[in-house]
Amino acid sequence: MRCDLKVSFAGPMVSLQDAGRPGLMRFGVPQSGPMDRRSLAIANTALGNLPQATGIEISLGGLQLECVAGAVSFAVAGGGFQVRLADRSLGPWTVATITEGQRLTIRPGKWGSWAMLAFAGDLQGQSWLGSRATHSQSGLGGGLLQTGAVVTIANGDTRAAREGDLTPFDRPAPKAALRVVMGPQDRFFDAAPQDSFLGSPFTLTEAYDRMGVRLSGAKLPVNAALDMASEPILRGSVQVAGDGVATVLLADHQTTGGYPKIATLIAPDLDTLVQRRSGDTVTFVAISPEQAIRAARLAHDHLTAYLDDLAKPRASLAERLMQSNLISGVTSGE
Amino acid sequence: MTAYPTFRPVADRAVLVEFGTEIAAEIHGQVLRLDRLLTQSPPLGMAEAVPAYANLLVTFDPLVTDHTTMIAALHDRLDGPDLPANPPRHHDLGVCYDPDLGSDLVTVAEQTGLSVDAVVNAHIAAEYSVYLYGFAPGYAYLAGTPPSLQLPRKPAAIRDIPAGRVIIAGPQCIVTTLKMPTGWWILGACPTRILRDDPARPFLFDVGDTVRFHRISRAAYDADGAR
Repeated sequence: MRCDLKVSFAGPMVSLQDAGRPGLMRFGVPQSGPMDRRSLAIANTALGNLPQATGIEISLGGLQLECVAGAVSFAVAGGGFQVRLADRSLGPWTVATITEGQRLTIRPGKWGSWAMLAFAGDLQGQSWLGSRATHSQSGLGGGLLQTGAVVTIANGDTRAAREGDLTPFDRPAPKAALRVVMGPQDRFFDAAPQDSFLGSPFTLTEAYDRMGVRLSGAKLPVNAALDMASEPILRGSVQVAGDGVATVLLADHQTTGGYPKIATLIAPDLDTLVQRRSGDTVTFVAISPEQAIRAARLAHDHLTAYLDDLAKPRASLAERLMQSNLISGVTSGE
Repeated sequence: MTAYPTFRPVADRAVLVEFGTEIAAEIHGQVLRLDRLLTQSPPLGMAEAVPAYANLLVTFDPLVTDHTTMIAALHDRLDGPDLPANPPRHHDLGVCYDPDLGSDLVTVAEQTGLSVDAVVNAHIAAEYSVYLYGFAPGYAYLAGTPPSLQLPRKPAAIRDIPAGRVIIAGPQCIVTTLKMPTGWWILGACPTRILRDDPARPFLFDVGDTVRFHRISRAAYDADGAR
């Protein structure tokens, strides 16, 4: 069934995202994709979709959709946003079904900067270089959602067996340090700024968008006259400009730059960083490349286990629980 | 002194291979050589290779490989036989140097002590080579701007420079592909799109290609799909 959703309100930086377009940095194209990649995988898996199917990334600006035709199940995950369907409050991570005449409102809640909204169907949008992910500076890809537009879900499905609130994936303790591997240009910084980078808190400033987030905190002076030839940038690079101010480069980062990178965040902790808000404080801890590999593998296992559980339809989960209760009932009698 | 190449682990998923620090043809040649070897024979788990002026970033899947294994594979490729380079493709691009399009032409003439025509002639006399893409989709950094035209970038970037502008700074030249800010000097406008709508070949240049510019009239520029 086709389902049409009218955008009755979209804040800035609400965009279509999917897995993005990896492998094109050599042409100046960053991967893009969701700021919080974990949450798109969670929202899609909760519906029984492929993890990186196209969804809508919702910023702190919020989003309101009105179903003008058809019906479709949807999932929300990421951050602690307020989700209202018709006049009902749902949990911040949830699966439900919107039907003709109903409104879905997603607004910022207690925490988090980005929520992902996925649908049981094929969210239509412009593809660029094989992906509907929006590259925010150019608007290429699926694009930013504008108030008044209509979002179409082709082959929309209703999946009652999947409805209900989700148990959120572990939210890292707000004070947990974000893990970095120092470099690749840490040699441009003396011991003192390296110590300040690791030993002091940094605050996310208002200069926060899909390209990066500027931090405020200790100044990190560069120890050499800066005349670096531009070199490739990885998402998560902590780049320090001539004024000693650090910026963490994010989903739509420029692919090369001439400022030194004091450190680079490991991928799993990027999903954590982006859910912090302007004004929130973070700290960094250095780990070795070997520890970084182990951390990436552990994070993958952890998420995979969560997604495997989420992939099972609720009804069969209930059946399995009943079955296990019966078995434990028998065993406890012995 | 650093002995090159160096291999720097980056985060949980990349190695930066450095062949030097300068913008120089010999160093860039080593970057392109490794890029060729990796295209021909990508190490297990490699995701992508990103060539720049003096270094190459190799990203990988940390579930499949790790920095140590990747660095060993990179050594292996570098120590192995060279691959013949594909002959670089050559591109001849028309540029309209009318002052309303080349909004910095007069200033560049003043700052270099040349006449406007001499600036244009110096720009079209040079051969350029595609060193890397960077900054934004399709922004190809061409090296080859002659010494007589080399100026440091402006102190502050100017916003909303349209796509298709031919801009220079230092030894570099770019044909812009998107409306973006730039602190480079705008010499003219090129009707040829570097970022194309053709899915089979979305980017006009490959790194290593050569480029020359020739002057076209305003009428030819307008006829050729002015933006």
